[in-house]
Formats: sequence, structure tokens, C-alpha cells
Amino acid sequence: MAQSGRRDAPELPDFSLLKRLARDQLIYLLEQLPGRKDLFIDADLMSPLDRIANVTTLKQHEVDKLYKVELKPIVSTADQLCFLIRPRIQTVKWISVNLDKAAGRLRRYKIIFTPQKLPEFFRENFLEGDQRWVGAAGGALRLIHSLYGPFSKVYGIGQCAKMVYESWREQVEDGEQKTQQPEIGNVFLIDRDVDFITPLCSQVVYEGLVDDIFRIKCGSVEFGPEVTSSDKSIKVMLNSQDKVFNEIRNEHFSNVFGFLSQKARNLQTAYDKRRGMDIQQMKAFVSEELKGLKQEHRLLSLHIGASECIMKKKTKQDFQELLKTEHSLLEGFEVRECVSFIEEHINRQISMIDSLRLLCLLSLTENGDNCLFALVQSYGIEHLLTFSNLKQMGLLVEQQPGETLTVMESKVGKLVNDKTAGKLTDAFSSLAKKSNFRALSKRLVLIPKSGEEYDLRVPRDMAYIFSGAYVPLSCKLIEQVLERDGWTGLEEITRMLNGHEFAVSADSQRIVLVMFLGGCTYSEISALRFLGRERGYKFIVVTTAITNSGRLLEALLDNHP
Amino acid sequence: MAFVTANWNPLGEAFYRKTELYEMGWNLKDGLRDCLLAAAPYGGPIGKSELTISLFKKIYIHIFITSSCIFLSLQWKSGVVRQLGWTVCDDLLCIQEDGTVLIYDLFGSFKRHFSMGNEVGQSQVVEAKVFHSPYGTGVAIVTGASRFTLATNIDDLKLRRLPEVPGLQGAPTCWAVLTQDRQSKVLVANGGDLFILDYTACTAVNPPGLSPQASSIVHMCVSFSYKYLALFTDSGHVWMGSANLKEKLSEVETKVRNPPKQMAWCRRPKSRQPSVVIMWDRHLLVVGEGKDTISYHLEDDSILVPEMDGVRIINGTNHELLQEVPASCEEIFKIASMAPGALLLEAHKEYEKESQKADEYLREIKEQGLLAEAVRQCVEAAGHEQEAETQKTLLRAASFGKCFLSNFPPELFVIMCRDLRVLNAVRDYTVGIPLTHTQFKQMTVQVLIDRLVYRKLYPLAIEICRYLKTPEYQGVSRVLKHWACCKVQQKEESDEVIARTISLKLGEAAGISYSEIATKAYECGRTELAIKLLEFEPRSGEQVPLLLKMKRSQLALSKAIESGDTDLVYTVVTYLKNEMNRGDFFMTLRNQPVALSLYRQFCKHQEQDTLKDLFNQDDDHQELGNFYVKASYKEKRLEARVAHLQSAVDEYNKAKNEFAAKTTEEEMRLLRFQKKLEEEKGESLVGFSLHDTLRTLLAVGLHKHAEQLYKDFKVPDKRFWWLKLTALAEKEDWEELEKFAKSKKSPIGYLPFVEVCVKHHNKYEAKKYVSRVTPEQKVKAHLAVGDMEGAADAAIERRNEGEISTILSRCSPTTDRALVERLNRAKSTAAKK
Repeated sequence: MAQSGRRDAPELPDFSLLKRLARDQLIYLLEQLPGRKDLFIDADLMSPLDRIANVTTLKQHEVDKLYKVELKPIVSTADQLCFLIRPRIQTVKWISVNLDKAAGRLRRYKIIFTPQKLPEFFRENFLEGDQRWVGAAGGALRLIHSLYGPFSKVYGIGQCAKMVYESWREQVEDGEQKTQQPEIGNVFLIDRDVDFITPLCSQVVYEGLVDDIFRIKCGSVEFGPEVTSSDKSIKVMLNSQDKVFNEIRNEHFSNVFGFLSQKARNLQTAYDKRRGMDIQQMKAFVSEELKGLKQEHRLLSLHIGASECIMKKKTKQDFQELLKTEHSLLEGFEVRECVSFIEEHINRQISMIDSLRLLCLLSLTENGDNCLFALVQSYGIEHLLTFSNLKQMGLLVEQQPGETLTVMESKVGKLVNDKTAGKLTDAFSSLAKKSNFRALSKRLVLIPKSGEEYDLRVPRDMAYIFSGAYVPLSCKLIEQVLERDGWTGLEEITRMLNGHEFAVSADSQRIVLVMFLGGCTYSEISALRFLGRERGYKFIVVTTAITNSGRLLEALLDNHP
Repeated sequence: MAFVTANWNPLGEAFYRKTELYEMGWNLKDGLRDCLLAAAPYGGPIGKSELTISLFKKIYIHIFITSSCIFLSLQWKSGVVRQLGWTVCDDLLCIQEDGTVLIYDLFGSFKRHFSMGNEVGQSQVVEAKVFHSPYGTGVAIVTGASRFTLATNIDDLKLRRLPEVPGLQGAPTCWAVLTQDRQSKVLVANGGDLFILDYTACTAVNPPGLSPQASSIVHMCVSFSYKYLALFTDSGHVWMGSANLKEKLSEVETKVRNPPKQMAWCRRPKSRQPSVVIMWDRHLLVVGEGKDTISYHLEDDSILVPEMDGVRIINGTNHELLQEVPASCEEIFKIASMAPGALLLEAHKEYEKESQKADEYLREIKEQGLLAEAVRQCVEAAGHEQEAETQKTLLRAASFGKCFLSNFPPELFVIMCRDLRVLNAVRDYTVGIPLTHTQFKQMTVQVLIDRLVYRKLYPLAIEICRYLKTPEYQGVSRVLKHWACCKVQQKEESDEVIARTISLKLGEAAGISYSEIATKAYECGRTELAIKLLEFEPRSGEQVPLLLKMKRSQLALSKAIESGDTDLVYTVVTYLKNEMNRGDFFMTLRNQPVALSLYRQFCKHQEQDTLKDLFNQDDDHQELGNFYVKASYKEKRLEARVAHLQSAVDEYNKAKNEFAAKTTEEEMRLLRFQKKLEEEKGESLVGFSLHDTLRTLLAVGLHKHAEQLYKDFKVPDKRFWWLKLTALAEKEDWEELEKFAKSKKSPIGYLPFVEVCVKHHNKYEAKKYVSRVTPEQKVKAHLAVGDMEGAADAAIERRNEGEISTILSRCSPTTDRALVERLNRAKSTAAKK
């Protein structure tokens, strides 16, 4: 499909370097405890570890047995134990309690702490105000800078982005400088809280959908029996090496089936070539093509299975209405219907996370709602704490009585009903500190004109990732800044986004590194890829975590006793 | 130049030479008689103490540099010193007879002391030895009770009391420390018996092939590398062999039966033969493999200082180096040598004389293809010569030879020139470090710089660093840091002046750690100076530990925050927590939001109660409310739970959060209601949400109670209807459902009734509600029960094109043709409209 893009798009730098670097560092650390040893790994480090080193590598460096850290008593009988963990108090306490419980034994221990970063960043940084994470993000930037830099332009928006930038600058100044051919020219740092709307929307691009439904972990996904149509689960790496996936990852879901069936037909044709071959040709076919075809066949059937599974879940009436509600909220259209849909959604206890998501969307687009009470009735008082978190993050805005209507309606309504002027100014001043989505959306033209047909097969802008209903704010900002070569002309916008924007520059480059602090969604990545194809950029996305509405909200739940 | 070989003496296949290093400038009245003397290897300093103990005479310990310029004299006020020795880092060890070891630095400042064990006390140290190994500086003693105690590394003191030696009474005849198999051991001779003492056992050993005439071993020495051992017997034989006593190298009869005063191995790396230097009062003997020996007369009392490549001989007037002549020097300077190096030297001499013979010599070397070898020999020999003139002659010859070579790598020559320049500088009389080139290479420049710094020879050290282009971090900056650390100790100067001087001098240098200098200042009791110096430290993180130590905790906290290193902030916060009273601690945090949020994070995981106190202090009622809510669901007992929730309500009210207060109040009511019902009906309900409670009640048929809950809690009608509808359908209680539907007008309409029935596969029941569905939803309802006709009628009646299309899309080939046609017609009319 439309992968071609502009011819003058630059080549991406070699990122396998980062993988090699991580592996070498791990080996170096393992070798500091020479001899045979058992290795204990934090459960959430398993997948990342898979990406850099396999069991053979570990065995080569005398790792005997592998255990998952489960906070149970240690059963290993080895004389040397090595722990690969995230720096969490609980885990360290567990290790200290288990140190030589089997008294009288002399054991050697080594604890390897992995850098603090990734999934917890979002909550800890934005909610708890814990700035521990800034240094880690700055460190990551420094590593990329030292390998692929120097950067000629750095743009950013958000308080955390600014701090990360400063932390990085400091680290660079401390270390030695070397000059090399720059591979990455532009860097864009963006805080997640600059744009909460985008990650709250249901994803409809294939990769995003797979993440929403099956949850992609560290670039790989586990397809359960309902996809594999056997009783086994299969783990698949989702990257550009998977040719099938590579072609559909950025596509709107409505195009995926057509593509997959076309692919299946092509595959059949390729298989059919066998007929009428002589022995020699057959031999060549078997040795050269068959393996590739079989591999492709296997992947194709997996993606078809996944798509069917997605279809089953997503073509239900409910999902269509959910999408309709989301789009209406984004457009600020038929808000009353949306509110009653949300109310019903909550009242029927359909899905807690979806309810919260809709509430947040409503709150962000319309500045307020009154369904909180209903949510507590449905899901319990613990959500008071969740609300408190959401409010603190600015995802929920407290509703003043009688403010249910959309901004437009309320303006009109208030004027028509001849309310006192005081109330009117109140309404406006409360808007100022709340989400400015409506105004932003208007200024940045985030909502394409309704009524026009949007051909999802030939997307004309980034809105295609939301079926043509909405251009993601985060990506639009990036586009605008790159286009304008800075924030000039966007002053009003940055004011509404609470500022902290910055731009430091030398000369322009075509490779752009975008760092999302607090996570980004696959849809946003798809949108950036689209933008890259259109404008001849290559985007490298660095993020503290891949997120989606589920993960984002789960991070803010406080309902677990 | 002509006399290079004047001091050479042949022994076996090799030559030995004794070169004067310095004329000693110490004006000793009594020479070296009756004193303790210790000289450090690698041309290190010399310590000397008077031996005689008298009640009236003051006793001094003197420290000299090797050229004998007196460094300082130290009046000794402590106990009787048995032995002096030097550590690897040029500290002086004074081993007293009570087993106490005192450590002084090069400038006679007392550093610390330690004891070689309590048991030494009564029996006293009879003899002590200081030894060096890869593990550091060690001390071994033997007591009057014939017991050995050993410490391998005095910086990581572990005393090892070695096993008893059988039959040993009083002091042994002689002994030595060996380092073998990563362990220090003692080799002891008791008359004719030889024992090896390790940590656990005492093993008798026999040197292979020891002359049978010997009845007692009277002296022994171990080589610098601990690889070789030499024994001197009462029969005047010297036995030389490997230190593990497995191999004999040679045995020589000296014809002297007196026990020697001192004995030392005289070897160099790549030595041609094993050789030992033996010293009696006025007589020095070099013994090798063969019968021949070299004999020297000594004018004065002397001591031998073993080095890795020779032996230094120190006496009252002279300081000499005795060594085997290195191969390259021998090749070049041996009389009538035809070695390529010798020819090259000759060629260069002729060249300087402008004689054509130069060409002849050169040709000769070149014809043999040995010119490169000749250059190499000259360069190497230059390294081994002490005289600058000789060095220059050799290097000039090498340089001359190099001109006729096209591919000769220049490094060898260049590095040697540099090395020699450095060596000549430190060998200077005023510096007095007589390093040989071999020792210098072994020691490395780093260590040499350290030694110079230790002697406070800062300008020379800096010059050397600059000359050798040592990276600033390891070179100049390091020296300057030491200088600054020394500077801050100058009590006579004011803080202002010192700080300014230091910053002026250090300003440009890279990688200076001001915090280290400040630490030094603080250790010397100059806190104000330390703070001044810390201000120069560019990395705020580095300032924190010292600021804490100096109890400038507030400043430390600001600096930690400035550094952006959260671990550091935590360090300071933990420190403050222990140092300050709670109120002050909280106040401090309050002024530092970053630290406060970090501490809050910590409390969230570790100290819930402190968290509460923090919120209390800030009057953060919202957070307090949240805190109580969280606490409530950790409680099992209902009363405790309700009590927590009541506290939460109070806090939320204070926070003017009506919504939260009301919600919490409702929760309390709900809990009580659930508890009551649980007791009455035995249904487990406590902790459920209102919705779940209702569902459970409806599911088990407690409709009245459900109704009551519905009214009491003002549950929205829509929610209640949905709940009841689903509950009844789930129980397939169709009769009750129908009654419910008719009870009053449904707030959720009747489409849900249809859909829920269909979901439970009861189309019959579903159909009952189709007629009551609003016209807008009628088509959907008909379709849900699979009534195409009905759907078509409804859609056509409403003339709704969209709905008609939906029905058409649901039509299959089995659908009645007439119906399809009707729909199509209606569609076209609707479209026209």
C-alpha cells in the first residue's frame, strides 16, 4: 500500500547499535560476578531482556538458571545470585530478607538496577510530581545524542520536556564532546499532558487496534487461541521484518481486510507456480521461495485471525456507537446525546475503563460533566481517589451545577436566557484554566469539515487514523512547528497549552526525533509516519512507554484496596 | 666516555658495575654505626633512628631523601623502636618492641598506629621485617617467645599468628618473608633446620643439594620478586635456588665463615646469572654461578637496599648502585666489541671527526642488515646509563643511524629521550630519586608523579605532566588538587587569601574537584574556608556530601535539588529527617517542593502515618480525605471502616468538596445497609458498589429490599430499570418481567426489553414488547426479533431511506421477493422526496 512517500526522504540511522550497546553493558555487568550464577529477573524486564539477549547469550556468561522475581522465598542453591531488577523498594526488601536465610552459607550477590524509566513515568511524573524520571529521560537523550548526534534543532513543549532538555544539556556539558556526522537533526520533546485527547480516543489503525485489544508488549504480542484457531497461544514480534504487518500497521482498519485477502490471493498464486514446474525448477522453488512463502503464510493467517477477532469485537453495535460518541464529542456536536450515551454506558456497567475514558473525553472537550456520581454507584467509592487523580492531571474538570451544555450552547443559552453578566464572565474565566480543546481544535483545524466524504484508502491528512474525524493534537503541533521552523505564529496555541515551549536551533534537518514524555500511542506513530511520507521527513519516536487509553487510565486508578 | 668500563668487573659470563649515584651530604658524626636505617626501594626515602637508649639523651628519627638532604628530624618520644620500614606509599613505619607500629608521613606527621597483637606485650618484639607484595605493605614480627605474627597488608589489617616452630627457643638464627601462592609465609632457620610457616602449619623443608659441611644456616635473603632464595651457611657456603626450594641454581664457597651483616639478591630482568651481594663489616662480595667472586672493600659501615635490577649501597659518604651490566651496554662498551651498536657508536664518533671511516663502519653494519638492531641497542643502552653525557652520546649515535633507515619506527627513540629527561630531572641531587629506567617503567609515570606530589615537589610534578602531555585529569589537575589540599593547611594565611589563591591557580584546569579540596579544609577545621571553596565547585551534586558533614543541611538540600539528582535529594532528606525535629523538618520540606514531593512518594510506600502528618501540616484536606478513604478499605471491621469514612467526610467538607463528601456519606449509609442485610439474609454484600448490591439483591429475588435501596439512594430510574430488566431476564422470570414492564412507563423505553429477551433467546417474549417501542426504534425492534415484514412496514410508514436501506442490507436470497420490491419502491420514493 501507500508506503512509497517522497523520494528525498532520508535514511534512518542504524539503531541496532543501541541494542548491541545494551547487550554489551549487560554482559559486562554479568561478568563482574565471574563464575556460575543464577539470574533473577523482574517480571516486567523479561520482554525487554528478550530484545537484547537470548538464553544462549546468558548461558555463555555462565548464567545457570533463570528465575522470575516473584517475591517468594528463594529456592536457588547456587553460590552466586544475580538480580536484574527495577529499583523498587519492595523488590530490594525482598532480596534483603532472603539474603542467606539458609544460614551458614557463603553466597555472593549482585544486584543490577535497570534505569528508572518506562511505564511508571507517566503516573509518577505527572501525578506524583516525582522528578526522579527527568534525569533518566535526559540520559536516554544523551545516549542518542552521543551515538547519532549532534542535534541541530531541539523543540519542545511542556514542563517536563523543558526539564529533560535542561538535564540533557547539563549531562552533555559534563561529558566530553566529540564531533561527528550528525544523523539525527531535529528533536521534538513533548509532554503527554499537552495532549490527553489523542490517547483517550479509540484507535482504529491496525497497530493501534492490536494494542488496544491484545496489548503489545515490548514490540511483541501474544495471540491467544481465539486468533490462532488452535489451543496454543503464539508470540509474534511486530516490526517491519514481518512483511505482512509492515504493510498494514499504519492502515485504517477498514482497509486491512481487503489488503489481507489480496495478499492471500497473491500467496496462492505464488504457491500455484509449482504446477507445471519441472524437477529443476521445483528444486529451486523449494530451496529459494518456499520457506519465505511458508513464513509469510503463517504470518498472514495470524493477522487474518487477529483481524477477524477484532472485527467480532469492534463491529458490534456498541462499538459503532462508542466511536460515534467519541467523534461527536470531538466535534462538539450532539453533546446531549453523548452525555446520555455515557450515562447509559455507566448505568449498564459495560466497561469501567471505557466509562472513565468517555468521561474524561467529555470533560476535556466540554469542560465538565456530572456522571461521576453514577460512576461511583456503578463501580464503588474507591473511584473517589481515581477522580482525585484525574482532576489533578486535568483529565476531569469539576462541573459547576447547570453547566452541562457544550460551550457553544451555553454561551448562546446564557445570552438568550438573559442571565446576569457576572455569571457569563464566571463561565469564561473558568474556561481559561480548563481544557481549551474546543479553541485549539478550531485554531489548528483538528476536526476536518464534516459532511465531506473521507476516503480512508487514500488518506489526505493525519485524521485518517481516527477515520477522518480528528487530527491528533500532538502530531499537529509537531507538524506546525516543523513547518514554521519554530513556535512563531503559534503563541496563542502555546498559551492555551500552558506554555513551556522552547526551540533551540542551528540548521534544518530531515530526520526528526520525537520524544514523548509519558507515553505515546501507535496511532500517533502512524500519524507521524504519514506526515513523514507526505513531507519527506523521517520520524524517530522515542517514548517513555507505549500507551493507549486503557494503560493511561489504569495508571491513574486508585481502586485497588 | 672512555672510562665507561672502568668500574666493570667480570663475573662468570657477565659484568658487574658499581656506579656512584650521590655523594652523601649527611654530616653523620658516627657514620652509620649504632643506628637503625631503612631505605625504601625505587629510590625512595631513608629513615634513620639512633639505636642507643639513654635516659638523658634525646632520641631523633631523621628522614632523608636518597641524596641525603635531610628532610626533617623528629624527636622520638614513644617507646623503643626495633625496626624502621617504608610503606609502598612512602610512609615511615616504626615498629616498637611492644608490638605497636606507628606510621608517620614523609614530613614526620603522625598518621596512625596499630598493634601487632596483645600477646606481644610481655615477650616483646625481637625482630621485625617490613615487606612489600602485590597486596600492599606487610609487617612480620617474631617475639621473645619465638612466635611469629604477620600482617600482609597494613591498610587492611588482618593479624595472622603463625604456628609454633618445633624446638625453637628464643630468636631464630635467621628468617625471611616469602610471598607464594597468594599467601605470605615465613621461612625460618633454626640452626641447620629450615621450616616454612604458613597460616596453618609449620613444615620442615630441605634445600636440595645444600652442602653437607653446613651445620647451620646463618643468613638468608629472598629476591625482590620473591622467586629466588639465597642461604648462607656456617661453613661459608652460599646456596642459591628457587624460593619454593625445589631447584638449586648454584652453590659457592666464600671462604668466609663469619655470618654476614647483610645479604641481597643482585638481579635484573633478563639477568644472565643468579647473583647475590654479601656484606660483612668492611667487605662486600658478589657471588654468581661459578667459583669466581667479585670483592670490594668498604670504607665505612653500609647498608644494602635491594632493587628490582640491582642493589644500592649506602654509607656515610657514598650512595652507589651495584648491578649486572645490562646486555645492550655490554654489547656496546665491551672492549673490542663488534656488535652493531658498538660499530654505530664508532661510526658516529668518526662522523663527528669528519672522517670517512664513518662510512666504512656504517657500510659494515648495513651489509649485515643490522642497522636497525644497532639503533635499538644504542637507544636501550642510553636508558641504562646514569651519566647524561653518555646518554647523549648514545642517543646521538642512534639518531645518526636512524637517518640511514627508511622505515624505522620513531617511538622508541622519542619515548626514550622523554623518559631520560624526566629521569635526569628526578635524579637531580635536590630531588634525590635515583630511579633506573627499568624501575621507572615498572613504577609508571603515575606513581612517580604521586611520589613527587607526596614530597610537595608540585612545580616539578606539573612540569613533568606537561612535558609528557599527560591528560589534564590525571596530570596537572591532580597535582594542583594536591597542592590546594596542602595549601588549605597553611594556618598562617587567611581564608580569603587561600580561597583566592586556589581559585586563581586552579581556574583553568579541567576536572578539578573543589569538593575534595574543601573536604580537606574542613578536616583541618576550616569550615568557613571549606564553604568558600565549595562555591567554586561547578557540579552542585559534589557539594552535597561535604555540606551535610559540615551540618549545612539547608544549603545541602538546595544544592541537591539544583543537581537534579533525586537520589542525592533523598540522601539529604533522610539525613535531615534524622537530624531535625519533626516540625522543622516539615517546614524545611515545605520550602522545597521538589524535596517535598519526593518525600511524599517515599512516605506513600513506607510511612503512611507520616504522610498524614504532612497533609495535616499543609491543611490539605482533600488529600487527607483521600487518605482516609484509602485507609478505610484496608480495614476489615465495619465500625473502623465507617469511622475512617466519617473522618474523610469531615476532611472533604473542610476542603469544600461537596461531591466527595456526599459520596462518602452515601458509602457509609450503603455499608450499614449492606451489613444489616448481610446479617438478616446471609448474602455477602459489604464492600459492593451500589450497582452491584442492587444486582445481587435482584438476582436472589430480594425485590423489596432492592426497591428500598432504589428509593433510599435515589438511584436513577434508568439505572434501576436496566438492572431489574437484566436481572429478571437472567433468571428467565418472564412473567415478572412482563409485570415490571407494565408497572409504569419505562424510562429506558422498550427496545432494551426486546433486545434483552432476544439476547436470552426468547423471541416469543421479545415480540410482546415490539409494539410498545417508540416509532424511531421500531425498525430496530422488528429486526431484532427477525420480523422483516414488520420492519419493512415500519420503515415504509416512516419513509426513512436509511432504515429501508438497513433492512435491504439484511435481506437474503430467501427473503420474499415481493417484500424486497416493496422496499425498493419505497426507497426510491423516499429518495425522491
